Amino acid sequence: MGSWGDIMNDTIVSLATNLGVAAISIIRISGQESIKIVNDLFKEKDLEKVKSHTINYGHIVLDGEIIDEVLVSVMRGPKTYTGEDTVEINCHGGIGATNKILEILIKKGCRLASRGEFTKKRFLNGHIDLMQAEAILDLINSETEKERKVAIQGLNGNSSKMIKDLREILINLISNIEVNIDYPEYEDIYEVTKEDIRKNIDIIHEKIKKIVAESENGKLIKNGIKTAIIGRPNVGKSSLLNRLLGNEKAIVTDIPGTTRDIVEGNILINGIKLNIIDTAGIRETKDIVEQIGVNKSLDIMEEADLVLLLLNNNQELTSEDKELIAKTKDKNTIIVINKNDLEEKIDISSLDLENIVYINTLTYKGIEALKNKINSMFNLGKLDTNEFNYITNERQLSKLRECLDLSLDVKNNLDTLPLDIIEVDLKTIWNTLGTILGVTYDNELLDNLFSKFCVGK
Amino acid sequence: MEFEAIVVGGGHAGCEASLALARLNHKTLLVTGNIKNIADMPCNPSVGGPAKGILVREIDALGGEMGVNTDKSHLQLKMLNTKKGPAVWALRAQADKITYPKEMLKTLRSTKNLEIKEAIVDDLIVSNQKVIGVKLESGEEIKSKVVILTTGTYLKADILVGASRTPGGPHGEKEAKNLSDNLRKFGLTIQRLKTGTPQRIAKNSIDYSVLEREDGDKILRTFSFDIEPLYKIEDQVPCYLTYTNLETHKIIMENLEKSSMYGGYVRGIGPRYCPSIEDKVVRFKDKERHQLFLEPESKYYDDIYLQGFSTSMPHDIQEKMVHSLKGLEHAKILKYAYAIEYDAIDPLEMQASLENKKIENLFTAGQINGTSGYEEAAAQGLMAGINASLKMRGLEPLILKRNEAYIGVLIDDLVTKGTKEPYRMLTSRAEYRLLLRNDNADIRLREYGHQVGLIDDIRYAKFKDKLKQIEELTNKLKEIKILPTEKDLIEKLHTSPILDGITLYDLLKRPEISIDKLMELGKIEEKYSDAVLEQVSIAIKYQGYIAKEMKEASKLSELEDIKIPTDIDYNKILNIASEGRQKLDQVKPRTLGQASRISGVNPSDIAVLSVYLKRYKNEH
Repeated sequence: MGSWGDIMNDTIVSLATNLGVAAISIIRISGQESIKIVNDLFKEKDLEKVKSHTINYGHIVLDGEIIDEVLVSVMRGPKTYTGEDTVEINCHGGIGATNKILEILIKKGCRLASRGEFTKKRFLNGHIDLMQAEAILDLINSETEKERKVAIQGLNGNSSKMIKDLREILINLISNIEVNIDYPEYEDIYEVTKEDIRKNIDIIHEKIKKIVAESENGKLIKNGIKTAIIGRPNVGKSSLLNRLLGNEKAIVTDIPGTTRDIVEGNILINGIKLNIIDTAGIRETKDIVEQIGVNKSLDIMEEADLVLLLLNNNQELTSEDKELIAKTKDKNTIIVINKNDLEEKIDISSLDLENIVYINTLTYKGIEALKNKINSMFNLGKLDTNEFNYITNERQLSKLRECLDLSLDVKNNLDTLPLDIIEVDLKTIWNTLGTILGVTYDNELLDNLFSKFCVGK
Repeated sequence: MEFEAIVVGGGHAGCEASLALARLNHKTLLVTGNIKNIADMPCNPSVGGPAKGILVREIDALGGEMGVNTDKSHLQLKMLNTKKGPAVWALRAQADKITYPKEMLKTLRSTKNLEIKEAIVDDLIVSNQKVIGVKLESGEEIKSKVVILTTGTYLKADILVGASRTPGGPHGEKEAKNLSDNLRKFGLTIQRLKTGTPQRIAKNSIDYSVLEREDGDKILRTFSFDIEPLYKIEDQVPCYLTYTNLETHKIIMENLEKSSMYGGYVRGIGPRYCPSIEDKVVRFKDKERHQLFLEPESKYYDDIYLQGFSTSMPHDIQEKMVHSLKGLEHAKILKYAYAIEYDAIDPLEMQASLENKKIENLFTAGQINGTSGYEEAAAQGLMAGINASLKMRGLEPLILKRNEAYIGVLIDDLVTKGTKEPYRMLTSRAEYRLLLRNDNADIRLREYGHQVGLIDDIRYAKFKDKLKQIEELTNKLKEIKILPTEKDLIEKLHTSPILDGITLYDLLKRPEISIDKLMELGKIEEKYSDAVLEQVSIAIKYQGYIAKEMKEASKLSELEDIKIPTDIDYNKILNIASEGRQKLDQVKPRTLGQASRISGVNPSDIAVLSVYLKRYKNEH
């Protein structure tokens, strides 16, 4: 914490573009001293006197030596990204000039910003709510186009708006109940009934449920789909991985039990990242090292978002196969039947025919079909629409799950307990949704109450 | 003459403060402008109601006087919100405005160590940032160890009616002209507040035959945990209801600019929860009528209080307004409504003990701290008295937590957030309503009352006995089982089938089973008091939600247990946003919990502060 400096008082600097060979680099400086520091290095104009939000042509000069020819944007707070005075220097790209200017700025009193610090300033200056701040950080860290879209949604406040709408419903309900409690004798104030609560909590419950469910998918966008390839030894798991990845990553031999460690690789399907994990073949074994691998495989299978269960077309289902089929029954599982060039000895009548794909890892045959199956199973196409509401931040999602449980409590207890006790849960949901947005405790409730109801002596 | 304590002002705060101090054996002087106005009720003739009623029960649990005094002097008593859960039940009395002050004065006069003096206090005597006495208007100086200011609405008070502004307090009493300016001189921030009161109508000029009647409860009750009911159900006096109508609204709208408020003659900030009738009509244009209550003020005179009709209109318009009301067509107005403006101290100037931050040994309580209401005032008066005594005895102050008492919520709100309008206690201000009930105020607070010294051994023993009975009954309910074979009994219970044996305790969790029913059927001995039965029944029936709130409250007390040293320098803590830094510096919170409730201090500030405190603790 100490080494991080004082985020609100320090003037921080960082490179806004990638360091490397490019036509232009942008260096961004934010903080109380930003204009003064750059002005001391700027030759042509007095930047402390120029109008806000102007671009100024000139040179960066140190001890009489011209360092670079630059365009300097001067933006005074609070109408800037961080809310503070901000300067952006557009200098010539390339590592030399850019690093030199950064070095000079740090010598003159700027501190190199840590990751996300500009956004933290923006949050601390009250320009964005916590959810938006978290979305910006997601955006910075996003790798795929889909991830970027999800992050942007959070940024524009789409997800914030959904939460705000739910809170709006709740606060109106809560204020009305509170007025009924504080002013019981005002007969002409509407008295909230259990029916009103039932109607609203049904809506709230359904909405939160939908967001949570869709967010589970949204999370897949951000974190990728964790895909486990499992099967008995030597059914071709590593070959399948390599076919999917298009390179020879896993060690492939025909000796059963070769893959003892977990091998990972990523591919993109329809813009979504698939994190594929090859596992050690699962069988009864006395080899201790191999047994460790088998146990690990089972763990991975438990955690996976998607299981590719590989079977051999050319063999009858063994007891081990059947056990795996049973274990993966409740998961997103695609049964992949390999070696379709060989004679069909497998009896598939007991399997879920919906989710079977035939492949041949020797010839690539069926790999496209497998990708299509994954695509349709996770509705990846749907993730594109703007209707789709998701929250990918784990903190926010766990809060939403709490709200989901509480809304269920409300539904269950509504018939037996008095309204003011049910309201305890409504208030907790309202508060918890508030912590998702990062709103602090304030007089929101009372303000709403007094603006909507007419009471008093 | 030397005193240990001087209490300035004889309203509800002043009475509680001086009684507490005198009862704790401190030689106390109560200075009031007029002895006739001691424990006066210049506004509504009622005590209690939602949240406020619980405040009165808490005052009683701690050893204050308001509950007992109300029990001695009311015209009607009612438990409100009985259709809702027990957390929001609230007792409300129509108090007799003659009997209430009379009884209180009797108590004050019969209390040892307490002297009453008629005078106006002009200034404090302060030496080295410590108060050492007061200076009267006459120039006389009186010395003391502590001073408690409970001046109500009298500081630089102005009465507003229409365009006229007249210096003076309620009932044409003299205002305290100089005290607030002198307080400002010591560096205290003074703010200007406003409140108002409606008309009083002659009883015999009202046509009751066309009005709705509101009677008192048919069950005898008391505010105090220590006394038996002193009234008869049939002797209670009814209240009546009437409504404004479109004609009333038309008169108000046509004459709006004649009111002090809309004419621009008011400087103070009034309470949102007590808007004047013109405010209501303007702000809620769609409402065709507003409810008004006609409440008796006393058995001994004729005034009827017209609750809901407070206004700052000139007298001639008030006549028209009142006569437009149903049942009041020929009403005679005995006293016109008025607004009153007064000075108050910014409550951020005080600590949670109610002692001033800048002047040591100076305590303030009641409307001077920006609150409104008799109950809020009395609660603070009691706490100021207790804490002034603890200070003189060299003991730690008694600071009630938000999960312990509405009094805790009230004072924490004041010293943490300050207030821009007169602060009224509302149930919605309390996070843990289910823990802060009307029925368990003694369980929450009696122990403190005894420790402080206001609850004597006899009352304490009675309380301990109640706790024992509760425990005993709870244990019995857990032991006694009803078996499926007891067919007659089960049938009489009208409940869903009992398959295995079920304890009475678990049976009581079913909404259709009441503790009374189990008693009727002979499953519970008759020896338990109603209070014990009620306590046990609530604890069982609402167990799940009580547990939920306790869990939330324990999260809070984790933060509440982290103390912030008084000498902390917020400028030295990196990474706190500037608004948060400024607010923390102003409020100087005692604990991390209090810090987290300051508006403008955001969660990341609290995170930073908590890390800093850990390091600070290691270094010191």
